[in-house]
Order: sequence, then C-alpha cells, then structure tokens
Amino acid sequence: MTSFPEAARIALGDSQLRHNLRNATTTIRDKRARVVAEVPDWDELREAGRAIKADVMRRLDEYLLQFEESVQAAGGQVHWARDGAEANAIVLDVARAHDVTEVVKVKSLTTDEIGLNEALAAGGVHAIETDFAELILQLDGDWPSHILVPAIHRNRSEIRDLFMRTIADGRELSDDPRELADTARLYLREKFLDAKVGVSGANFGIAETGTLVVVESEGNGRMCTTLPPVLVTVLGIEKLLPTFADLEVFLQLLPRSSTGERMNPYTSLWTGVTIGDGPQEFHVVLLDNGRTRVLSDQVGRQALHCIRCSACLNVCPVYRRTGGHAYGSVYPGPIGAILTPQLRGVANAKSLPYASSLCGACYEVCPVKIDIPSVLLHLRAQTEKDVAERIAMRSLARIFGNVRLYEWAQRLARAGEGPARRVPGPLASWTQTRDLKPFAKETFREWWSRERGA
Amino acid sequence: MRIGLFVTCLGDTLFPEAPKATVTVLERLGHDVVFPRDQTCCGQLHQNSGYLDEARALARRFTAIFGDFDAVVSPSSSCVGAVRELSPEIAPRVFELSEFLVGQLGVEDVGAYFPHRVTYHPTCHSLRVVRVGAAPRRLLLAVRGLELVELPEADECCGFGGTFAVKNPDTSTAMLADKCRSVLATGAEVVTAVDGSCLMQIGGGLSRQRTGVGTMHLAEILAS
Amino acid sequence: MNEARDEILARTRAAIREGTPPDPLARAYRTTGVVDDPGRVALLGERLLDYRARVEHTTATALRDLLDEIARGDRIGVPRGLPETWRPANSVEDDGLSTHELDALDGVITGCTVAIAETGTLVLAGGEMEGRRALTLVPDVHICVVRTDQIVETVPEAFAALLGREHRPLTFVSGPSATSDIELERVEGVHGPRTLIVVIVKEAS
Repeated sequence: MTSFPEAARIALGDSQLRHNLRNATTTIRDKRARVVAEVPDWDELREAGRAIKADVMRRLDEYLLQFEESVQAAGGQVHWARDGAEANAIVLDVARAHDVTEVVKVKSLTTDEIGLNEALAAGGVHAIETDFAELILQLDGDWPSHILVPAIHRNRSEIRDLFMRTIADGRELSDDPRELADTARLYLREKFLDAKVGVSGANFGIAETGTLVVVESEGNGRMCTTLPPVLVTVLGIEKLLPTFADLEVFLQLLPRSSTGERMNPYTSLWTGVTIGDGPQEFHVVLLDNGRTRVLSDQVGRQALHCIRCSACLNVCPVYRRTGGHAYGSVYPGPIGAILTPQLRGVANAKSLPYASSLCGACYEVCPVKIDIPSVLLHLRAQTEKDVAERIAMRSLARIFGNVRLYEWAQRLARAGEGPARRVPGPLASWTQTRDLKPFAKETFREWWSRERGA
Repeated sequence: MRIGLFVTCLGDTLFPEAPKATVTVLERLGHDVVFPRDQTCCGQLHQNSGYLDEARALARRFTAIFGDFDAVVSPSSSCVGAVRELSPEIAPRVFELSEFLVGQLGVEDVGAYFPHRVTYHPTCHSLRVVRVGAAPRRLLLAVRGLELVELPEADECCGFGGTFAVKNPDTSTAMLADKCRSVLATGAEVVTAVDGSCLMQIGGGLSRQRTGVGTMHLAEILAS
Repeated sequence: MNEARDEILARTRAAIREGTPPDPLARAYRTTGVVDDPGRVALLGERLLDYRARVEHTTATALRDLLDEIARGDRIGVPRGLPETWRPANSVEDDGLSTHELDALDGVITGCTVAIAETGTLVLAGGEMEGRRALTLVPDVHICVVRTDQIVETVPEAFAALLGREHRPLTFVSGPSATSDIELERVEGVHGPRTLIVVIVKEAS
C-alpha cells in the first residue's frame, strides 16, 4: 500500500477536502463535547465500557459459544468464517439459495473490510448500499473517508450533480439537502419493499441472549433488518457483549461520542427469528479475519474494544488535515492507525503507527478508554526499521549511554554546523518550511561548569 | 529539599536558556538546585521511534542518576511524561516546572516582570499526559506587566511530535501553519509554552515567515 | 464449516491463554434518576422537541378527540391490540398487511413499552399495542401514545423495565428518521417515518 506520508501529501494538496474536513470535524467535535458535558457519570460509564470490553476479550471463547447457542435457540443459523473470503462465500450462498440478483445492505465497516460487495458482484449479486452517504459513494465508484460520515469529503453540489446523472430519472434537482434526501428515499423505497434478502453488520451481539444490535439514524437499517424475509448479518467476533444489560452502558456511550446526539434516531435489536415479525430466516456470520491475531497481543488487543464511534477521528490533528483516504483502509484516523497494522500484520502497514504526533486527543475522547498513543508506541517497536535509521538510533543510544561520548558529540555537532539555514539529509524536510534552531553557543552544562565550577 | 535539575538533552544542547531560567527561578525562591552531570536523555526519543530496548536502558540509567533526589524538576512536560512512564520507580518525585511551582511549592508569584503581550500554547503532553492544568496560566497571570492573550484553538497540536515532524513533514507543516496563524491572530509579541521542542517547531515556522513574533519558554518569562 | 469454527475457537483460546484475570467490573454509573414525575414528563417532551418530533400533552379522557384531530380522517394503521378508544375513525388494523399495503397507509398509531426522558427515546417491544416492526417503519407518520407511568429518566432504568422482553424485537426510537450526511446539515426523514408525533397521556391518579 502507498505509505501514509505519500498519501497524505496528495490529500493535503486538496484545499476543498481540507475545508470540508475542517468544518465537518469541528462541528461534530463541538456537538460531542456539549452532550458529553451534560452526563454527570461520563467517566464511570467509560470505565464500565472499558472493563466490559476487557472481560469480553479475556473470555472470548466462552462468549462465542454462548452466543452461538443463544442464536440457534432463537431460530437463527450461525456460521463461522476464518477470513473475508469465507464470510463472503457464506453470504453469496444465502443469496443464491434464494435465487436473488439483488440484496439490500445497511452500511457496515466489517463488510467493507472484507470486500463483500465486490465478492457478491463477482457472483452475480448486486448489493445496494442504502445508507445515504454509502449510496452516494457507490453511485460514484468512490470509497468512504470517515467512519460515521463516509462522504464527508463531498459537498452538496457534487451530490446534486451525481444524483442527476444517476437516480433522479431525468428530474431537475436543487442542492437543497432535503430534496437530495427525498430523491434517495424515493429511489430506495421500492428496493426495500420488494427486497428478498437483507445484509447487515451489527454494532453489538449479546452472548447471553443472542441478540443483535444495529445503531443508526436514517431508518435504512430498520428497513434492511425488518422487511426482507431473509437476513444475513456479518459480525466481527470482537463485537460481543456478555449480557443484555451491558447495552445500558454502550447505548449511552456510542451516540454521544459518535454523532454528538443524546441518542441516535433508531436502534434495532432482534434475536433469531420472531414469528410474524421481520425476517423468517436469519443467518449470522462470525468473522475472524485477523481479529484473533490482534487478540494475542496483550497490549494491542485493546484496539478490539473499539465501538466505531469515530470520536478519535474528529479530534485528531492528523486526520483533520489528511482525511481518511490517506490511511489506506476502511478504518481511518487514530483507531485505524492501530487497528489496520494489527489486522493486516505490521509489516503490511508500517507507516501507520507513525501517522500520529502522539498528542493524546484520541485517548481523551475514546468512550472505552483505548490508550491509542501507547498502542502506537507498542506497534512502532514492532515495525522493521531501515538500516540507516537503525544504525543512527543505535549510535545515538550509545552516545546517550555515556556522558563523555555525549559531551563530545555536543561539541562535534556545534562545530559541524554551518551557516546554512536549510540543511540536507534527514532534516531537509524540516528546513523546507521551518528555520532550524542553531545549536547553542554554550550548552547548559558548559554554562553550569563556568558558573558553578563543578 | 534536594532538587535535581533534569535539563533534557534538547534543553542542554539546543535551548539552554530554559534550564538556566529554571535554575534562576528556583534559586530566587530559596531552593538549592543540583545538576547531576551524568544526565543525558530520558529515553523518550528512542521510545517514540520504536526502539524500546534502547529506551529502557536509558531509562534505567536515568533512574540511577536521579534516584536519590527528593524532587526532580524539568522544564519539559514531554520528557517528564516519558520519565513517568519509563521510570515508574521515581515517577512520583518527577515534576514539570510549572506543576512543581504551583502544586508542590504553592507559589504563583515568582517575582517576575515582563511587560509584553504574551500568548500561551498549552502543549499536548502538558495538557493530556502530565496534566499541568492551570498552573502555567496562573504563573503567567502573576507576572507583573504581562498581558496574557488567549490563543484560538489553543489545545491543537503544533505538529512537532518528535519523529513525526521528520517522518510526516507535509502533515506536520500543515499543522504548524494553522498554529502560526492562530498565534498571529492574537497580536502577541511572544508565544510561550512549557516545552522547548514545541517552541522550536512553532518558532521555526514563525521565523521562516518573518513574523517578528518570538518564542520564549515559560521559565524564561518567570526568570525575567 | 465446523473446521472454521474449531479453528477460530482454537486461535481464540491460544490468544487469551496468557494474561491477567479480568478486573472486577465496576458499575459505578447512575442506575436511577433523580427528577420527580412532572420533571420527567417535561424532560421527555423537551428532548423529543430537540429531535424535531411533535409533542402533545393530553389526558385519558381527551385522548380520543386529540387522536381524531391528528388523524384528520387519514388512513391510519393500528396494531391488533390497540384499544378501541385509541382508534381514529378511519383506522386500518394490521392483519398481516403486505409491505406495499403498509406503504399505502398515511400513518400509524401505537403505544410503547417504556420511554426514556433523558435521551428522548421511545422503546417499542413488539407488544399487543405496538405491533410488528414493519408497521411503525413503512408509513410516513408515526403517532406514539406514551402514558406518563411509562416514562423513566435514565437508560439503565429502561433496561430494567425491559427485563423479560430481551428476546422480543425491540426498536429504540429517538425522533424522526434523520441524516446529516450532506455537509452535516440535519434533514429529518430519509427512510423511516418523516414525522413522529408523541402523545403523552397523563394518567388519572
């Protein structure tokens, strides 16, 4: 994959993108801060959220078996997929068994991660994205740049033009968001009413009861999980919660952290099959796809606690400038910088752990207290270093390890410093845009010796 | 109280004004300050760059050098944050200067006079790792002649981040540009902070743009 | 299939074999409210208005007239268990209507199981007076009748009230359907009901 610094350079050159991102992230960030401030027990909720997730990870095998049993007892079918290809094949098989060429789908990062839409298309099944932003991206062959607001990089006139080219049936549209939303409603309504198979992800799966939970705003999640007679849900194995009552914690943490609302418009919970209400055939696919690898790292494991709220994106000074595409993954921003290298293997995303100034803003807002800066440092230690850097850092460690060498190096550095304000070598990038501070004429320790004699 | 001064490798080599000023302020308040000559780096540079073994070795060295002091004081929140994590045995006795003055000594007015318009940049590590809180602001408000002006979007990172500025130069520069714009919007003559490294970044940008706005470590203002 | 299951479970067990035992779980967050009855009713109304729902306050005796007034003779779907007094003149009982028949309705009237004041949320639990999920999803107007004794203050109190109903299909509704996908400008009404009317009925005490 393209390295983060290279991809970031391209994104930084797009001034419209930077403008959109700045506005959007600032707006959500401020909304979040307001609704979090009104919750007197926010820290207690965060701590409970963290502890519940930590417990899930440590007993994941038990919870997986319990979840499987609960779903089956409620009339659902449980499938297990070691990787994306296995999960995709299961979903395709369900679609084929019902002889459909179209399925309606609710936005899901997990299915984006495994490329489900592409796999279905290759099998002759078109997955219609029904989330407003996802529909925009699908119609335009684009991909998401934000977890919560996937088309954050698109403005209203771009969307108007796109709809007129694709779904408006020759009607003239204004760029009024209401009219654009109505256009999408009209286009998708027929699809929902006649859909035979729905596909979703889920925010949570409850081990105790086998309940699945989808948190959303538009109602397309309700449509996809209620109207089609057949439903398939793809669930990452880390999304389990032990008990039904645990939702009382997460349904407080998630909406406020995510959209900055006290509660999102719709949350759907269903357990297996209910006669006379909703899909009469239900499948859930439990997906590993690298998650057990993440689980085996006791420090990195906390990345699996993520509830995909995207609060860390909105406060991240790096994300706010580069946008999501630079992260080269469906998981952008600070959480992506720790999750992607672990899911794919650090060697396959080695620039991501460095895509952070370690400012700590992400940790502060995380509703389940994922210590992202610590995990970044932990992953940096696992990246393979280039030879020149390794030699330089080892030499530096030796110099720091011996004060005589250190003092000698100080004198050498000062003597070697020319009058140039722009320097070559590894610091060249620094001096392109900033003046380098010259070495002090007298180091602190020289001053101390001169003044204090010892 | 035996106070050990941790000047940090960057403070020693690149901006000795800050540790010098730290000595001035502490001695003005009647404290003896010791500078252990063997000190070099706390290990943060290696930790941030992914060299954990080297970082831990340097941290052990640091612990041995500073282990006997009642308090270790440093004009860098970033290094204090790293020490607290890498050298947990002495963590409770290691302080950033402003938190030491306000939190440990209970002093806000250090007798400084600095008749200038100043804005304060709360660095990320002072804000979110060491959590110095309002200490720097309270010290600045007690400086005679000083006019403190609010920095817009103050808690945004300046883009330094150690190796981040070198490994991600374009993003770092974009962050710096916004920080410089905020500083200029205040009309301040001087921007101050508790971390020399962030001031080096901000100062480098302000100087390249020939803005005429200077950078000074908080300790330097307190020593004036 | 079983091969994948066995392998995932084996990988999981290998991954968690080492490590410290789980922390004791602290649930130090609020589990009960502090606001009195009238305060709770007012809070629910206020929070629903924030979501741009329409909120009406009435009494049991005046309910029928109010519902008739809201329904204006439109074709309004009702679940089977809805009491006669809650059914406006032109109501249509849901006896298994097709999705297209649901789509042809002007609106729907239901009750709810519990309402959360702090978050402005109505919880539908598939009961006799709430109907199946499609009924409150497809029609464009949802009129939900809430009795004041169904209103709790906090989210944990709602979960306590849902005990025993965990296996039912549940829908938490907080305002009309909405999207903020275009430049973060909130638009009410995408796929779910574009209008939510909440009728809060004061019980005779």
